[in-house]
Amino acid sequence: MSLLIEKPGLLTTIQDGGRFGHQKEGIIVSGAMDRMAMRIANLLVGNHEQAAVIEAVAPGPTVRFRKDAVIAITGADLSPTIAGESVLMGRPVLVRQGSLLEFGAPRSGCYTYVAVAGSFELPQVLGSHSTYLKAGIGGLHGRALQAGDILTPGKAAAGNGFRDKMFRSPASDTSGCVPARWTPDPRLCPVYQEQPTLRAVRGPEYDLLSENSKQYLWTEKYQITRQADRMGLQLQGAPLAMVLPEELISCAVTFGTIQVPHQGSPIVLMADHQTTGGYPRIAQVITADLPILAQAGPGTILRFAEVTLPEAQQHYLQQEQNLEILKRGIELKRLFS
Amino acid sequence: MKKIKAAHAFPSAYQLFPLGDAAIVVQFGDKISLEVHKKVRAFAALLDENTFEGFVELVPAFRTVTVYYNPWQVSQRGQHDPYQAVIDLLLPLLTKTHHQEEQPSRLVEIPVCYGGEFGPDLEFVATHNHLSPEMVISLHAATEYLVYMIGFAPGFPYLGGMNRLIAAPRHGTPRAAIPPGSVGIAGNQTGVYPLETPGGWQLIGRTPLPLFQPHHPSPCLLKAGDRLRFVPITQKEFLQRKEQVHESVD
Repeated sequence: MSLLIEKPGLLTTIQDGGRFGHQKEGIIVSGAMDRMAMRIANLLVGNHEQAAVIEAVAPGPTVRFRKDAVIAITGADLSPTIAGESVLMGRPVLVRQGSLLEFGAPRSGCYTYVAVAGSFELPQVLGSHSTYLKAGIGGLHGRALQAGDILTPGKAAAGNGFRDKMFRSPASDTSGCVPARWTPDPRLCPVYQEQPTLRAVRGPEYDLLSENSKQYLWTEKYQITRQADRMGLQLQGAPLAMVLPEELISCAVTFGTIQVPHQGSPIVLMADHQTTGGYPRIAQVITADLPILAQAGPGTILRFAEVTLPEAQQHYLQQEQNLEILKRGIELKRLFS
Repeated sequence: MKKIKAAHAFPSAYQLFPLGDAAIVVQFGDKISLEVHKKVRAFAALLDENTFEGFVELVPAFRTVTVYYNPWQVSQRGQHDPYQAVIDLLLPLLTKTHHQEEQPSRLVEIPVCYGGEFGPDLEFVATHNHLSPEMVISLHAATEYLVYMIGFAPGFPYLGGMNRLIAAPRHGTPRAAIPPGSVGIAGNQTGVYPLETPGGWQLIGRTPLPLFQPHHPSPCLLKAGDRLRFVPITQKEFLQRKEQVHESVD
């Protein structure tokens, strides 16, 4: 017994790196909306980078720590506080027994992540902890967290190692938490933007777009409507016209696929996307920019910028290299601090 | 994105193109056909047995196999071009696919209680096609269907082979919740719902079999490539089968 959910918040779920290997059976991947924020939060507390974390949106949950724990909060800034004091994000934090973690006004982004050292003692379903709400599987009992739920951290040696070495504070200090004195170089992490430009490559059905629509796609502004959730983001803007073939044949779609249904307004598919779809896949947001897209909420105005596949791959590899540097840095902190 | 045509020996046997920066699509034809489906199955089976480092998963569809990969791993931590590296890994398999023997295919029987409370739209489908409800049932159950692909929901089969004499348009207003196991018709398609979902299909019956059991090692009853037959059962048999299913789950 260690973490008690006192208030559940609007939509608080357990997510990990995703449920892979079952899309051929129609079982969606799910997983964290902002994979980088999830991975970084895990690394900061000494977990495996794909371990299960808490994902929350505003209004966020209220969590009572019944034992000391090392946590890290990343992703959206929902004004987190511990024992009433605002708490630094993006670094390990020792939370003292009895303290309350709360969230306030959203300051940036949509999805916030709380990783706890040792992750959680929960059963995997089909190889993953991710909550798949519609099928009622994964996470805690296949549903969003509720008031009264208890999450038990797993036993992780690395996390415990963190606790001893990284947090120095005088014995007289009785505050609810002790943040580590270091944080990763911000240049290694994605930067969320208020009016993001998302880089995208052409999709398999790009050439069905009319010439005008091709131009609109790369030059016009699009706004995220209220129809925005873990499945996808409905956009509003210059309608995209297409020369449709006789028959649209269902095929695989993925995280970041931009589809255009009949009414001409694009939809970008997100973490809970269906495995296959029949609408034309006109473009694909590059993997490196998916965290920025995930953190863009309803009302956000965005643009798409075309890049080539080699460029997209370069950004992907750069992001992975940054994460390697971050991992090494944290490991050094763990060994020598 | 530029599409790569197949090697000159088998012109237009397949095309390769990217789906973003972490997936590649192998397309075996332009139309839905049994011949294309067989190539999809053969390649998917071959790849399942010959996965590579950085392979994530594959998704077969009507005419395509989409292969998901981890670009960091397939490029050996950024040393090579990930997309090209995957193509180099797939080409030998694609060549072999051409000579691959036909995959064995299971016949799955799905018991269905037609009409009544389980098939509230059976009458409509009958009237729409100037048939008796009994005729709709016998035409629906007389066909051996092919599971071309699974998608839309866990274990939801896209079936080929429905008799056009029992085709019926979707409901103008979709139902808010269709119970799991419902068997329906939409246009020239028939299918069976594994999960409770909203939907506009004309419901003609229900199966007591669970199509999706997430805690089972093989969670979905149906797989792409299966042959499928609907077998009419009475309401009494439906309830008996349902009880058996509950016992086996407990």
